[in-house]
Amino acid sequence: MSVTSQLAPEVAVLDAEGLSGRPASLWRTALRRFLRRRSAIVGLLMLTILTLTAVFAPLIAPYAPNETLHDEPVAKREPPCIHLLGCPRDHPQHLMGIDGNVRDLFSRVVYGARYSLVIGFTTVSFAIVLGTVLGALAGYLGGWVDNVIMRVMDVLLAFPALLLAIAIVAVIGPGLINALLAIAIVTIPAYARVMRASVLSVKETNFIAASKALGASPSRILFVSILPNAMTPLIVLGTLEVASAILNAAALSFLGLGAQPPTPEWGYMLSTERNQVFTSPHLVFFPGLAIMLTVLSFNLLGDGLRDALDPTLAHRGPGAGRA
Amino acid sequence: MTEYIVRRLLSSIPVLLGILLVTFALARLIPGDPCTAILGEKATPEVCERFAREHGLDRPIQIQFFYYMRDVLRGDFGDSIRFSRPVSLILVERLPMTIELSLSALLLAVIVGIPAGILSAMRHNSAADVATMVGANIGVSMPVFWLGLMLAYFFALVLKGTPFWLPPSGRLTAGLVATPFYEFFGWEVGRSTLSFKLLDFLSNFYILNSILTRNWVVLRDVIRHLLVPCMALSTIPMAIIARMTRSSLLEVLGREYIRAARAKGVRRGKVILKHALRNALLPVVTIIGLSLGGLLSGAVLTETIFGLAGVGRALFEAITARDYPIIQAFTLMVAVGYVFVNLIVDISYSYLDPRVRLD
Repeated sequence: MSVTSQLAPEVAVLDAEGLSGRPASLWRTALRRFLRRRSAIVGLLMLTILTLTAVFAPLIAPYAPNETLHDEPVAKREPPCIHLLGCPRDHPQHLMGIDGNVRDLFSRVVYGARYSLVIGFTTVSFAIVLGTVLGALAGYLGGWVDNVIMRVMDVLLAFPALLLAIAIVAVIGPGLINALLAIAIVTIPAYARVMRASVLSVKETNFIAASKALGASPSRILFVSILPNAMTPLIVLGTLEVASAILNAAALSFLGLGAQPPTPEWGYMLSTERNQVFTSPHLVFFPGLAIMLTVLSFNLLGDGLRDALDPTLAHRGPGAGRA
Repeated sequence: MTEYIVRRLLSSIPVLLGILLVTFALARLIPGDPCTAILGEKATPEVCERFAREHGLDRPIQIQFFYYMRDVLRGDFGDSIRFSRPVSLILVERLPMTIELSLSALLLAVIVGIPAGILSAMRHNSAADVATMVGANIGVSMPVFWLGLMLAYFFALVLKGTPFWLPPSGRLTAGLVATPFYEFFGWEVGRSTLSFKLLDFLSNFYILNSILTRNWVVLRDVIRHLLVPCMALSTIPMAIIARMTRSSLLEVLGREYIRAARAKGVRRGKVILKHALRNALLPVVTIIGLSLGGLLSGAVLTETIFGLAGVGRALFEAITARDYPIIQAFTLMVAVGYVFVNLIVDISYSYLDPRVRLD
């Protein structure tokens, strides 16, 4: 499609409706651009399946996540038994095998989806809120406030994210909540920077001057005029950061700093069975695969959103400094 | 140029101070009394009183920070709780392993990632391009510890009995001895001297050491042991480098001067390799520098899985043993190293692209 033919309909709309060109058209164009990208669709589809799995976990999982199957004729760390693939019919079916505590691995992996999604979303929401507020303050007020906030952010960015999270949790004590807190803290600077840059870029424009002249309060200017302009980079960054938050949380759990037994969290499940990788590889394979697919879906979605919402953004790989 | 370097050096001082402040604050975050946390069962009231006096814990907090800064500048990170030895010694002993692993992983990532990115950009939207990008997307999404375990399973168990078999853990096959090069050359060095420590540090780089001593059997064995961890650790930077090379090259290829070069009849391959690539590699240099931070945190996971006695594994053991001084020192060391790597990247960037200096 040539440039002119792409522009033409919108010019026509402007002519017909005068200056009432609705902002919604931005989202409509974005949606169209998003739907054109195959990888973005795949990401969205994977994420939908994952969310459904998490929501309907009790219906999908044949057992409770922490239920030990001592009544069944199954052995500890038994490999997967799938009837369709030739496992004897009289043997109970376990899609992903049995774990070291005689629990159904498939059920645990299904329930694990809940933890991963909750981990990803809570850390990122926490970091977005704090980061946005800090970035907005720094950008809007400028001066020494800006200097102090941004220097603190620089210092936090000087640490590799996972490492700082490890150090924080190692010191304040292991546990899922502490791990989430640490991951949120190390992701704040990214949002603060993005928000500050957006604020700076629109602060001096005429429409802000106009709202000021009309007597709008600073908070109104910030929330009504500036924040919507910063939404697109925040959404893109947020999606990609959910991916790294999930990876980092899994790494913390793997090191024994995150989820504690008997939580069906993927990183922790993998970590408890890592010494059995040569005898029962399925216990390591499936939880890890689940982590990978989840992270992949957020990465694909984030890339797609970036291309859809801001085609001028440089195509950068996500997550430099990730483990 | 010199002015730019000086300016960059000066601007990293506040960040370095901030890093010190963070690692100092980490030690204050330890729940409960630092004395009981650090000395454990040995902490009787008398011992604690002496401990507080020795570490300046009875002084105001800003004086304590000053003491901490002084100790760090002297290279004194305190004693490890578990080993009752200076932390600095433990880190120095274990550093060569980690550097060897990280650098070889970075090397692998660069020699595979950059050509893959170039190929992808040259054959834009072809099957090879799609495959590379799908691979890169999967690469950045994999937990490094999972990939490591799966690779170990594949190379050590599935390929058992084939020539492609690779050992799943350790640094050297039992029975093989890596004679330090200074002994090989018959140098007489006093055990406690600084030069001995330096030589010992260098001889702990097994690849370097086995080349110096011309021990090819050991060299081959060391490399075979390093391959699987190296593959695991390099996957993420490799994927990031490939993506960056591709997108940066595609962007440069759309510029006017490329079209001009093509128009005057320069062959396409030459335009890409000579005109476009030089400019396209600039952001890739930055990404390579940044990925070092990921490599170091990845080393914690990789060394733990593969039983390699590097600083990463020391950190893992310190976490389990609640050996706070090691955690504190390791975090500080990596952050400072990371700042310096970025400084070097910035400076090399200004060398490669003169426009940067003028900002």
